[in-house]
Amino acid sequence: MSDLTRLTAADLAGKLAAGEVSSVEATQAHLDRIAAVDGDVHAFLHVSDHALDVAADIDRRRAGGEQLGGLAGVPLAIKDVLVTTDMPSTSGSKILEGYMSPYDATVVARARAAGLVPLGKTNMDEFAMGSSTEHSAYGPTHNPWDLDRIPGGSGGGSAAAVAAFEAPIALGSDTGGSIRQPAHVTGTVGMKPTYGGVSRFGAIALASSLDQVGPVSRTVLDSALLHDVIGGHDPHDSTSLTDAWPSFAAAAREGATGEALKGLKVGVIAELPDSGFQPGVSASFRAALAAMEAAGAEIVEVSAPHFEYGVAAYYLILPAEASSNLAKFDSVRFGMRVNVPGGTVEDVMAATRDAGFGDEVKRRVILGTYALSAGYYDAYYGSAQKVRTLIQRDFDEAFARVDVIATPSAPTTAFKLGEKVDDPIQMYLNDVTTIPVNLAGVPGISIPSGLAEEDGLPVGIQFIAPAREDARLYRVGAAVETLLVDRWGGPLLDRAPVLGGTR
Amino acid sequence: MAKDKLLDFDKALELYEPVLGFEVHVELNTATKMFSSAANPANSANHEAGPNTLVAPVDMGLPGSLPVVNETAVRYSISLGLALGCSIAPSSRFARKNYFYPDLGKNYQISQYDEPIAFEGSVEIELGDGTLVTVPIERAHMEEDAGKLTHMGGATGRIQGAEYSLVDYNRAGVPLVEIVTKPIFGAEHRAPEIAKAYVAAIRDIVISLGISEARMERGNLRCDANVSLRPRGQEKLGTRTETKNVNSMRSVERAVRYEIQRQAAILAAGGTITQETRHWHEDTGTTSPGRPKSDADDYRYFPEPDLLPVEPSAELIEKLRAALPEPPAIRRRRLKADWGFTDLEFQDVVNGGLLAEVEQTVAAGAAPAAARKWWTGEITRVANAQGVEASALVEPQAVAAVQKLVDAGTLTDKLARQVLEGVIAGEGSPQEVVDARGLAVVSDDGALIAAIDDALAAQPDVLAKIRDGKVQAAGAVIGAVMKAMRGQADAARVRELVLERAGS
Repeated sequence: MSDLTRLTAADLAGKLAAGEVSSVEATQAHLDRIAAVDGDVHAFLHVSDHALDVAADIDRRRAGGEQLGGLAGVPLAIKDVLVTTDMPSTSGSKILEGYMSPYDATVVARARAAGLVPLGKTNMDEFAMGSSTEHSAYGPTHNPWDLDRIPGGSGGGSAAAVAAFEAPIALGSDTGGSIRQPAHVTGTVGMKPTYGGVSRFGAIALASSLDQVGPVSRTVLDSALLHDVIGGHDPHDSTSLTDAWPSFAAAAREGATGEALKGLKVGVIAELPDSGFQPGVSASFRAALAAMEAAGAEIVEVSAPHFEYGVAAYYLILPAEASSNLAKFDSVRFGMRVNVPGGTVEDVMAATRDAGFGDEVKRRVILGTYALSAGYYDAYYGSAQKVRTLIQRDFDEAFARVDVIATPSAPTTAFKLGEKVDDPIQMYLNDVTTIPVNLAGVPGISIPSGLAEEDGLPVGIQFIAPAREDARLYRVGAAVETLLVDRWGGPLLDRAPVLGGTR
Repeated sequence: MAKDKLLDFDKALELYEPVLGFEVHVELNTATKMFSSAANPANSANHEAGPNTLVAPVDMGLPGSLPVVNETAVRYSISLGLALGCSIAPSSRFARKNYFYPDLGKNYQISQYDEPIAFEGSVEIELGDGTLVTVPIERAHMEEDAGKLTHMGGATGRIQGAEYSLVDYNRAGVPLVEIVTKPIFGAEHRAPEIAKAYVAAIRDIVISLGISEARMERGNLRCDANVSLRPRGQEKLGTRTETKNVNSMRSVERAVRYEIQRQAAILAAGGTITQETRHWHEDTGTTSPGRPKSDADDYRYFPEPDLLPVEPSAELIEKLRAALPEPPAIRRRRLKADWGFTDLEFQDVVNGGLLAEVEQTVAAGAAPAAARKWWTGEITRVANAQGVEASALVEPQAVAAVQKLVDAGTLTDKLARQVLEGVIAGEGSPQEVVDARGLAVVSDDGALIAAIDDALAAQPDVLAKIRDGKVQAAGAVIGAVMKAMRGQADAARVRELVLERAGS
């Protein structure tokens, strides 16, 4: 039964609906897979002890003739940034070790209501700050393609779980690329929806104006199916859009027919220099564009002159918001507490935050506190917000001319664990193409574009669409996926090394 | 703490011009909190709730929680802004005010900073002698209240020296409107009186709008009073102090007077005023320094990214404007005419800050004169003796109920005062106090006649005098009867019966 883990969520859902397999069998297969490989991958921080009970309940309800959701019975991995009532939620931090939330995140509640079976909580950089999961307080996740390499971050756990066939689909969160960059380095698919398209309620906030929850999967259709489940207005999140959304799964299915590429105008950004990119990444990107052109797409150069300031603006806005969002972790009401005999409450707060936060978190809290300080606000936070507006304007102007914009999802393939952990600037620059998407609030998807010639590691291509045009990305993404998988003669992940056993 | 030297008030005014400013916090009485679905303890229905029972994840700052703006609170804030004569911003924003303190679950307060919902208005207030003063309003903005800390183990209940502190998050997230005045010039020797009248006016406004319970003793309405002095003839404003949380109208008056005298003493001696917050002490009638307030306070304000701007439609604003109750000055004129009070009687009510109380007592069925007598008389007397606000002692409905018992002949005035005393002491409703204390007038003629016959028999000389037509002699018998009835008889009825029995 272990090949149940190789099925896409869509195929597994089909077999479940047809009664060919039970959710208990599917869930057991994934639990077995986790038991076999997660010692090496370390994608999970917590594996549910009652996933089989949940699966059995779905099977019972299905047997009883109940009308269930399309993904009912399909296992799901959940990034630890999302709070859950039945499993601890730590956001990768020591300060929340063992923390149990009294409520479920909206996306988790919607997934449960749709009959998905939570398998466990996935590893991440502490409070989603990082691009490698090396900043997790619970040890790094390893890339299934090469266990000595990073799986991306912050959502390396969700991407690695899906890439290692420990889960068919997963939930992630993306503040500057935390869904898309891990997808890029693990040969998987990751979608950051339009800001406000998916509820943030119950997502432990990093930077409120940038955070967005989204799906992680091995195929575009699977992300679309999960997006259909979790998306839509949530009265608990004031920034949640009230739009009625089309079916993303329908868009993906339509895209897979290939028609979507005919006459599609694809923008490439003139100011994005090849020089900053690993040759194999650039080559893969160009090859994917050429394939699209051959299939009828038109490649158009567009200008986004402020794109290059994105990283700088991002590293002011994010720390500023994070410094405030993380103030609640003070030991008074929940979480870790370091007692200071004879100390004041301020002493206890300070000692707890000193012991409970890792270096990267402290770095950003200090940076953000400084950026918001009186006398510096205008120069830092204020200027960064202006850059943000300029980037939004760049996108507006570009989208007046093209349907989607394409970029490499990240400048390099997966780097070695430890390689950049002491060089924050290099680490930050890894998100150069994903960050502007969050700053503008528009949707972006990363899908595999191939393997880099020099290291044989996966590369992703990112497509960006105007706000609210998430369906367009599923249409285009599925079309390009079909095109490339045909060329490869099968999914990219079929070429990943076999995991299992001990290293 | 060294006792502050004070300069004589008149002397102080001779040397310096006081400049005032007020920040009044109004807790709105919405059903739920500003940003969460938890019940609002500033609504009377929830006032008695136990500690930490009125909380939602947002109020505790739990991971993943998000605020959602209370629409009713926004409407109340707009109404209040309009009643203060303010312009309503077509778009206003919330901001985060960041500081670490355990009374805030998130360690930041959601407030409004550079874009308040209401700005530029004025309030007309009336002083004791009927003088009208216009107080300029800078802004009114929405924010959330903080939780309540109780410091345990210290000598004075203050944080200094406390062993530990208890936190109650019920109040965290209660909707607040903060009303900030512009500097008030020209108050002169009436500064303390203006302070009191201003708070009374705000209280009248929020009560007439029905947006707050406005009970100062519960903290529904809290006043921070800013006072500075400048030497006569000087243009530049002096350094101000901010006296925090002065929680009765009487205290506001006293605190302003005290600060004028204290600052004047320092300045007259060649000293300088420290810019600081100060605490008012009701028991000693003094203020003491809190923390120094300086530019070092950095709240790192930035726009609240979890909330969208508040953008009320022009239609909503006009609808709320149309629904405003009459302005206080017009209301006062109407009430005075309706009630038929003399100038003096009416000023008594206004000066006592009892306009709303009398109005509500009248609305509950009491005659205006009776309502006025209760509030400006007995209730004010008890309040002064206890050092609390008259409005805090008893509900207008209870006062009306007591008066109803008087009108029905069930209580004499004297008994009524005892009943009121019982109501104030928390013994229950007026009727319950009457029943429990057995205070009703004896209206059973049989019992009275028996007592009268006994008294007449005991004083045959008096009986003879009455029979001789010396009716005033009846007083001695009436006195004896009233004594026998322990005062619980209607003296007029006793008199009637005495004459009747003596004549037969």
